[in-house]
Amino acid sequence: MMNDEKWCTCGACKTIGFQPRRGSIRVKGEEIPQQYFKGMAMEQIGILEGRERQVLEKNSDVAQADIACDTSSLSGSVSQRACVFCGSRVVLYPVADAIHLVHGPIGCAAYTWDIRGAVSSGPELHRLSFSTDLQEMDVIYGGEKKLYKSLIELIEQYKPKAAFIYSTCIVGLIGDDIEAVCKKVARETGIPVLPVHSEGFKGTKKDGYKAACHALMKLIGTGSTEDISKYSINILGEFNLAGEAWIIRQYYEKMGIEVVATLTGDGRIDAVRRAHGATLNVVQCSGSMTWLAKEMEEKYGIPYIRVSYFGIEDMSKSLYDVAVKFPDRPDIMEAAKQIVSEEVKTLYPSLQKFKKALTGKKAAIYVGGAFKTFSLIKALRSIGMSVVLAGSQTGNQDDYARLKEMCDEGTVIVDDSNPVELSKFILEKGADLLIGGVKERPIAFKLGIGFCDHNHERKIPLAGFIGMYNFALEVYQSVMSPVWQFAPRKGGSL
Amino acid sequence: MLLRHTSKEVKVREGLTINPAKTCQPIGAMYAALGIHGCLPHSHGSQGCCSYHRSTLTRHYKEPVMAATSSFTEGASVFGGQANLLAAIDTIFAVYEPDIIAVHSTCLSETIGDDLQQMTKKAKDDGKIPEGKYVIYASTPSFIGSHVTGYANMVTGMATQFAESTGVKKSQFNIIAGWMEPSDMREIKRLAKVMGINIVLFPDTSDVLDAPQTGKHVFYPKGGTTVDELKSSGDSIASLALGSVSAEPAAIALEKKCKVPFETLDIPIGLSATDRFIMAISKVARVSVPEEVTTDRGRLVDVMCDMEQYLHGKRVALFGDPDQLLPLTEFLLDLNMKPVHIVSGTPGQRFEKQMRQLLDERSPATNFKSGLQADMFLLHQWMKNEPVDLLIGNTYGKYMARDEDIPFIRFGFPILDRIGHSYFPNIGYGGSLRLLEKILNAIMDRQDRDALEEKFELVM
Repeated sequence: MMNDEKWCTCGACKTIGFQPRRGSIRVKGEEIPQQYFKGMAMEQIGILEGRERQVLEKNSDVAQADIACDTSSLSGSVSQRACVFCGSRVVLYPVADAIHLVHGPIGCAAYTWDIRGAVSSGPELHRLSFSTDLQEMDVIYGGEKKLYKSLIELIEQYKPKAAFIYSTCIVGLIGDDIEAVCKKVARETGIPVLPVHSEGFKGTKKDGYKAACHALMKLIGTGSTEDISKYSINILGEFNLAGEAWIIRQYYEKMGIEVVATLTGDGRIDAVRRAHGATLNVVQCSGSMTWLAKEMEEKYGIPYIRVSYFGIEDMSKSLYDVAVKFPDRPDIMEAAKQIVSEEVKTLYPSLQKFKKALTGKKAAIYVGGAFKTFSLIKALRSIGMSVVLAGSQTGNQDDYARLKEMCDEGTVIVDDSNPVELSKFILEKGADLLIGGVKERPIAFKLGIGFCDHNHERKIPLAGFIGMYNFALEVYQSVMSPVWQFAPRKGGSL
Repeated sequence: MLLRHTSKEVKVREGLTINPAKTCQPIGAMYAALGIHGCLPHSHGSQGCCSYHRSTLTRHYKEPVMAATSSFTEGASVFGGQANLLAAIDTIFAVYEPDIIAVHSTCLSETIGDDLQQMTKKAKDDGKIPEGKYVIYASTPSFIGSHVTGYANMVTGMATQFAESTGVKKSQFNIIAGWMEPSDMREIKRLAKVMGINIVLFPDTSDVLDAPQTGKHVFYPKGGTTVDELKSSGDSIASLALGSVSAEPAAIALEKKCKVPFETLDIPIGLSATDRFIMAISKVARVSVPEEVTTDRGRLVDVMCDMEQYLHGKRVALFGDPDQLLPLTEFLLDLNMKPVHIVSGTPGQRFEKQMRQLLDERSPATNFKSGLQADMFLLHQWMKNEPVDLLIGNTYGKYMARDEDIPFIRFGFPILDRIGHSYFPNIGYGGSLRLLEKILNAIMDRQDRDALEEKFELVM
């Protein structure tokens, strides 16, 4: 039954075999008047029913409703999102001298074993996989004893500085009192043993970030702040993927600022414990760490600023914004200017080759957090590329409002997207590049367009000035690769 | 050294698993379901499960892997997941348009007592399953067995929920694939063709997870066992189940439901297991072995003879899944190599017994453990106590190989850092020859690397 009636006019639907819905639009069963959606994308594109409000095509000529976000995914969608546990696991994972014990059946530990390239300059306990491997009998009779024994065995074997215990879905159901077990083990072993309440179903990935921050909050304030300079910061939300935290840290140190703790990239328990001694919190990856920054502000009176280390503009700003906070030390600002000017002097000319080749090319962005999207749009523009699709898994209302402001007319903005939508928009908008994570990569390649991993699996640092060069190089290499000559592109033929 | 903490002294652990040599059931069910044509696997649980399984399969195959999730919330875990599943079925048929939804459970939905049989029946009664479409299910609690168990349960679900017996036998045989790669399944079909028999192979992930680049993202690639084939499996003359853990349960179910007799064989890895496979086909289908197959066998034996001097006495550690480990161990023994340590996280008395029997007869000194705490930490400890010349296992073995500086061959699931497994088979005579080539290359490359200058040989 393949007739043209079935397909919408965009052409892309037919190519990917996606049948759009026509007629009335329903959200949670209720019919929504058509005019409400004026200017939204679904007039041209088919979207999963109930997802209409999470997709928007920018059109300044009409008043557009806000995008709906911060919601849980529809049952039955092929969502690219993960769970609460995943959120906690990625945030705490880079703490390298602690053990990370996953309390639950084996899967949760197996799938998160060394999947994030968060590098450590010393201990590497975080790269091992520890599980209580709960069995049917444990589910029936409870897993507390097994958890206790596992912890004792682990701490004896590895002598860690602290232990994080992640509870998984099932632990939330069988009612193990992991707080009590953790307290007992902490008492007996003398190290902090911190429960992380990350039951997969209890919210979204963002709730997992919060649970992780909650555990960190228990550690912060337990170390000595003696000898910490007044001109000091913590770097929050920087996970040292491919060594990025080292690059950033170096810039700040060059400016004469002491970095007390990086949370959590190349993380150390002792550093976390004295993080409350810093004068300022500098927060990247807003989704994961803003909660912690707010808590620290409330409890310890440490102000925070939000920054991004991607792209020339944002990277420079993140140095200036910190320098501004130390007005009694003009030399700090001077040093920041010096760094920026030196870096840009070499970086800018080196980008021109890429810019020349990439000007006019189009990019689609689908990443975890929305804040990263802002930087990526700017970074792509600086190498001549426009953004035709921008989306995230976990952005909030403010993020999307800002995103809309930043984007060009006609750019599609999505929250919690799925492969059908992504491939459809990529084809329809004629993107040449997709920036995403592990699940998006093969989709880009099947469609015959370039790809850049801006997620856990990136192999080269993309942060900092050098990171901008790496990013431009990677985008250039992928978009301009000769392999596309041999690959049917964008749903068409050779 | 990443594994610098691994101590030589082996202590009994009661609770803890370190660096597991297995994962959980649902991913096996998801992989199996991808071997049905036009099927969208559905994970009935939290969103993370589905995401992790898709990511792992994507890393292993470098292919898009599509699956939907019930996206459990706190409400669902209190009131049960029925509403989520029914809503999911609606959404999936309306938007993603599969022919089949294959639902598997998770630890969460199992623990709250969701009954997939009852729920899928309700979906049918409520008219949520369009004409000509299907919803099948498998119960796959993560706290029992391993990923292999989940695979077996979904394959069993295919047999029990699709197979029909019309009373008229068809001139065909079922080959029930144990957990193997798309390349291996393709090779099984080729061998059947060469042998001149009609088969229904299920599941069949070839042309699904090794799809060509077409400029399109196809939700349902052209491969996979069709519903008609699955239905007709009840009329087949006999079934051959490849693997006692991952395939035999489906064969038993099919015998029970449609009285199709079966024989269980090893996955044809290595000379002896392939011999048994070919002979079984020959016997059950009353066909003679064609010259092409005999020649393939001759080539494998030829290389085994030519190169035996480089293999004898070489000590090997291996880890992985039962149905692969058994024939692989036998192949190593046939090559006059020494399997010194064997570990599988997958529990099972049957496997335990089969492996013990093989080892008792041919290699009684081998260390072998399966099930709880049979993990890579233990294997590494064993390797520290009794060193080996070669390690065979999935990608996670690379840590041990690096720390102990020993050659390593990637074999099994998952392989996250190399390609090839989905394209080139490891089964049959040809596939075994490829495996042998890999073993030889690993050993001989090491010999070259370590050779003193005066002993560095041109001709080997």
